[in-house]
Amino acid sequence: MRSLLNFFYTYHFIILFLLMEFFSFFLLIQYNDYQKASFLNSSNQISGIVYKKFSSISQYLSLKDKNLQLMNIITDSRNTSLTSFKQDKVSLINVYDTIYQQQYQFLNASVINNSVNKANNFLTLNIGRKQGIDKGMAVVSPEGIVGVVKDVSANYASVISLLNQNLKISAMFKKSGYFGSINWNGANYQYITFSELPSHVSVSIGDTVITSGYSAMFPKGELVGIVSEVDKSDTGEFLEVKVQLAVDFKKLEHVMVIKNLLYQEQIQLETESSHE
Amino acid sequence: MSKLLPRYLLLFIILVLLQVWVLNNIQVSGFINPYLYVLFVLLLPFQTPNWLLLFLSFILGLTIDMFCDTLGMHASATVFMGFLRPIVLQVITTRDTYESGTSPSIHLLGFNWFIKYSLILVFSHHLFLFLVEAYNFNAFYLIFWRTLVSTFFTILLIVLSQYIIFRKK
Repeated sequence: MRSLLNFFYTYHFIILFLLMEFFSFFLLIQYNDYQKASFLNSSNQISGIVYKKFSSISQYLSLKDKNLQLMNIITDSRNTSLTSFKQDKVSLINVYDTIYQQQYQFLNASVINNSVNKANNFLTLNIGRKQGIDKGMAVVSPEGIVGVVKDVSANYASVISLLNQNLKISAMFKKSGYFGSINWNGANYQYITFSELPSHVSVSIGDTVITSGYSAMFPKGELVGIVSEVDKSDTGEFLEVKVQLAVDFKKLEHVMVIKNLLYQEQIQLETESSHE
Repeated sequence: MSKLLPRYLLLFIILVLLQVWVLNNIQVSGFINPYLYVLFVLLLPFQTPNWLLLFLSFILGLTIDMFCDTLGMHASATVFMGFLRPIVLQVITTRDTYESGTSPSIHLLGFNWFIKYSLILVFSHHLFLFLVEAYNFNAFYLIFWRTLVSTFFTILLIVLSQYIIFRKK
């Protein structure tokens, strides 16, 4: 203790000097913007280096956990990747049978772009003309119908979503067989309007709506949705039915494109008849 | 001691006011700014205890800072100068000890001694001050040049004051 005091006494001048300089610089950095900024800048650089070193050490320490996580991700992706599935492209095999002629081919596709919040929504698929897609083909998902192919490029296809006010599709009630057309009103992506129904048709909530198959695009019986609300329209002649869509467009990922092998034949015949 | 206190207090006030009111507004080509206030530290008696020297230097610098709105800048430079003063006095001493009860002056110790003494301290102070002001070494030659010129003007004023105000009694 005595020697400590002695030390302080001997060097009190230098200690006092250093203390005052520290205090001066403290004031300088605290109250002068330029010095403060450059001090903070350099100290940030120093602390950045320190943090970088520290994080590289802590990263090293957590390597075991990271490896485990990566292994989990790898096994997950391997489990879901195509190579772990038996390639079984039954849908693309053409069956030449004199009784059962294949009319519809299903092609797998992934949605690579999608929207639900616009007035007219479109989807983009990862297959195009090279994979056999053409204009006017129907697109369905395992849950229900999705839309109609509008344009195709070599490797991509643009699809008019069901959530598009310009798209009208012929639909019917599974139970009663009455048909009308479905069209989106642009509001809620979960609901679609089923209109052009005569007012005498009895509709109850919970009825299933399917495609009618009257258009050349969709096969008959593809699920559209379930009736959630029935309204008499203002004129009183038609019913307006609100249908909850079977497909959740917000989490749409995998779809199938339906190729109607008899499309040309049907269209040709229909145009010929209408011209007469 | 009791006689010295009012004299140095008056010197302190006059130097601060002179610096703030007059000299800070004289900026030759926006470059040269004499800092005469350091004269206070230069003229403190030889027998001033070191801690008091540092303390007074700090108070002086801080006072100037308050007026210049540069808190800490002049204080650090003046404390540095106060720290150097005993060392410089020891190095350039002409005799073994300085007479007690006296303070540095041109009449007591001669022109050469006084110039040497004030030149070293003023130059140190100015260099320190300008370096702290710039806060980096990028423009060191500019700072050095500025220090030289300002030191010249400060020394000029100090010597003039020695002949005009602090005349031999």
